[in-house]
Amino acid sequence: MMLEIKNVHKRFDKLEVLKGIDLDVNKGDVVAILGPSGSGKTTFLRCLNFLERADQGEMVFDGEQFDLHAASHADIARIRKKTAFVFQNYNLFLNKTVLQNVTLGLTVAGKMKKDQANEIALAALKRVGMADKQGSYPSQLSGGQQQRVAIARGLASNPEIIYFDEPTSALDPELIGEVLAVMRQLAEEGMTMLVVTHEMDFARHVSSKVLFMADGSVVESGPSREFFEHPRQERSREFIKSILEARK
Amino acid sequence: MDERLWNILADSFPKLLRYGVEVTIPLTLLSFSLALVIAVIVALIQYANVKALRQVCRFYIWIIRGTPLLVQLYLVFYGLPSVGVVIDAFPAAVLVLGFNEGAYMAETMRGALESVSRGQMEAGYCVGMNYVQIMAHVVLPQAFRTAFPALGNSMIAMLKETSMAATITVMEMFRQAQVINGRVYESLALYGEVALIYLLFCTVLSWVQRLGEKRLATYGGNKP
Repeated sequence: MMLEIKNVHKRFDKLEVLKGIDLDVNKGDVVAILGPSGSGKTTFLRCLNFLERADQGEMVFDGEQFDLHAASHADIARIRKKTAFVFQNYNLFLNKTVLQNVTLGLTVAGKMKKDQANEIALAALKRVGMADKQGSYPSQLSGGQQQRVAIARGLASNPEIIYFDEPTSALDPELIGEVLAVMRQLAEEGMTMLVVTHEMDFARHVSSKVLFMADGSVVESGPSREFFEHPRQERSREFIKSILEARK
Repeated sequence: MDERLWNILADSFPKLLRYGVEVTIPLTLLSFSLALVIAVIVALIQYANVKALRQVCRFYIWIIRGTPLLVQLYLVFYGLPSVGVVIDAFPAAVLVLGFNEGAYMAETMRGALESVSRGQMEAGYCVGMNYVQIMAHVVLPQAFRTAFPALGNSMIAMLKETSMAATITVMEMFRQAQVINGRVYESLALYGEVALIYLLFCTVLSWVQRLGEKRLATYGGNKP
């Protein structure tokens, strides 16, 4: 087991957003985290990278145990080094070029030499098909291109797992495909990924596992095929049905 | 125009310009640099919400913005010596101008910092940078870009405010105009002339400002 998450709780004032979430991730898993809006999917993902501090919860990462509530700055830095995070709004550094966006973490946080960082960054940009835009600024790119650069930025640090927080939700419909294609390619290459998404085709055909959440709890989790073909819970069946109907 | 007046103007122009270049401009640049340092520190303290220091910053801004520059100059130059603090005229002017404009620029910088999206900070954390690194490489550069036009305005305002240093005996351009006028009694001509030189300086500054803005704009807007 590469990543074990146990009993994650999170509350914003009076609102209990996460009511004890568990998840096991093996190397190479692509986990689609599904659920209606407000079910706590994004908060859960953000807790795993300490963008939100969970009130309670445990994480075993590569055999090392961490407390999601009380982890020290050093622990957080160590975990973040092994992970990458792709945001819904890309969050590229607006004052940096495409290439600098990818190298900044390497040179500043990783103290890597510039030449070496550029080499790694270019390779990462090639993987997402953005090498030819290395000198552009984020504001000169489309949303899909920005998101691909954001993925390259994540890849550059050679993470063991990449967290995606609704990576296509802010995109115009015609730009979603290029981002999903990159993600599919990463999945095929064996990258471990946790993906909060509303893209059912991706969840169904690319992800290996589904975590279906509602109201801050896990309703059902298991292999994707099983989830879509034989959902065990009534709530899951309704969710799948509503998605299929919405598409018609 | 009669010949006497013409001679006075032709005679005084290079003198005034010299004081402008040798005193007014250095006074502006030094005070502005000091103001910028103060502004960034004060803005960062408030942005990072350092509890105790934040109160100090709010107090500083309150005092400075609530009292006239002229009174501040008098307090420091004529007032402080009575408690044993004697500061020469020029450094006193730099201090007062710097601390004065610094308070306004701190608010400009604070607003600019707060306009940088939180996602920039989060993305920085996620690629492994720490707070200081993110501020230095990502947030502050973007804030400076946002604040640039307003900071340019502050610099132009400050260039003109240096004329107030004349009241605490700093021999700058306006004081020099007063001195010459004391000899020749041609107030309209001389103060008109010195006004023209200030106008010239400010015109050059706004030109530089616009050029800077254009350059910043070419490397991408600050869209969220």
